[in-house]
Amino acid sequence: MNINLTLIGQSISFLFFVWFSYKFVWGYIRTAMDEREKQIADGLDAADRAGRDLELAQEKATKQLREAKAEAATIIDAANKRASQIVEEAKDVARTEGERLKAAAEAQIEQDVNRAKEQLRSQVAKLALVGAEKVLEASIDESVHKDMVDKLAASL
Amino acid sequence: MAGESQSTVGYIQHHLTNLTYGKLPAGYERLDESGHVHEVLTQDTWTLAHSSVEAAAMGFMAIHVDSMLWSIGLGFLFLVIFARIAKRAHSGVPRGAQNLLEMIIGFIDQTVKDGFHHKNAMIAPMALTIFMWIILMNTMDLVPVDWIPAFMAWVTGNPHFFFKVVPTTDPNVTLGMGFTVFGLMVYFTIAKKGFMGFVKELTLHPFHSPKWYVNVLLVPINFALEAISWISKPISLGLRLFGNMYAGEMIFILIATMFGAGLVLGIFAGVLQWAWAVFHILVITLQAFVFMVLTIVYMATAHQVEEEDQFH
Repeated sequence: MNINLTLIGQSISFLFFVWFSYKFVWGYIRTAMDEREKQIADGLDAADRAGRDLELAQEKATKQLREAKAEAATIIDAANKRASQIVEEAKDVARTEGERLKAAAEAQIEQDVNRAKEQLRSQVAKLALVGAEKVLEASIDESVHKDMVDKLAASL
Repeated sequence: MAGESQSTVGYIQHHLTNLTYGKLPAGYERLDESGHVHEVLTQDTWTLAHSSVEAAAMGFMAIHVDSMLWSIGLGFLFLVIFARIAKRAHSGVPRGAQNLLEMIIGFIDQTVKDGFHHKNAMIAPMALTIFMWIILMNTMDLVPVDWIPAFMAWVTGNPHFFFKVVPTTDPNVTLGMGFTVFGLMVYFTIAKKGFMGFVKELTLHPFHSPKWYVNVLLVPINFALEAISWISKPISLGLRLFGNMYAGEMIFILIATMFGAGLVLGIFAGVLQWAWAVFHILVITLQAFVFMVLTIVYMATAHQVEEEDQFH
């Protein structure tokens, strides 16, 4: 239990060991640990960011889906409207066309009737003349009585 | 083991004596085992002490070879291993030894961060060194007390060869570390606050008066108080560790003396030794931890620039 040079020897070795552990142990390990801490922190950050990105993407996708649906609905609406419009138009066109055709047919018929009447009238005049000729034989001068016969025919 | 040739007292004494290499003064009478004068030294001689009396006669100019061997050897053992692991340390997934080392370093780093809030890169490595080194030195206590001394006696062929294996049961070792911490405290105090700051710390605390003439009277009182508080730090550091380890070692030795006293006592001693060793594991780590924490606290005090100082 004597105090002697061992005291100083121990002090020197202590200081040396402190320096040694500072120089060759602590720095390396702390660097590695700090680096890993940073990597982990970065990784967590990235994971966080990815999560947020995913959320945003999902939101965006939902929004787009909703928009697409709305657009589709609008398009279908418009299409329906257009279809009924086309149908209406077609109906209109058909009606007008029908009326036009009917009018034309009616005009044609009238024309035909008029023509037939005309022919009939001329035929009748002729027939009357022929009859009267037969009845009167020569007593009637065609040129003299023509006016009278025409008047007769026109009254038919 | 307490053999027939050794009395119990002799056995204990043998176990408590360091292997001392030192200077015996001229005219010193060396005795042999039977107590007769064996030789008279004609000049100062550097030699191994053959007995505790000779070791004491060497005074300060002597060195405990076993303490130094074990303490430096253990210090190198852990530092070389640590340095090898540290050199290959990478920031990937830590495995095996690196994991263990990182656990220790993380634990010490946390302890230092809790107690030391200043910028000094030396404190944490110092704490690591103290903790690991003291743990290793203390752990030598768990080696059965006779193994290594008996082995060394067999190697040297000298049955009385002194060889203590627990460096921390040597007050030189513990006080050496205590006083180194003390020296570092003084160094950091001066480095941080200047020499005048150091002087002020010693003389203007704890009593202080705004009147200068009162202060002059207070200076000697302050100095006496502060000197005691300063000097008690390294001594308490060193003696606490020494006392704990010495007492533990002593009990191991006392238990070991029972091994020679018959089968029943021998078995009883074996059980006791085991129980004491288990308990001692606690002391080993606790003492290392206490030494480390106190060092950190003292270093923090040395770095502390008190607000009061800024006004003077």
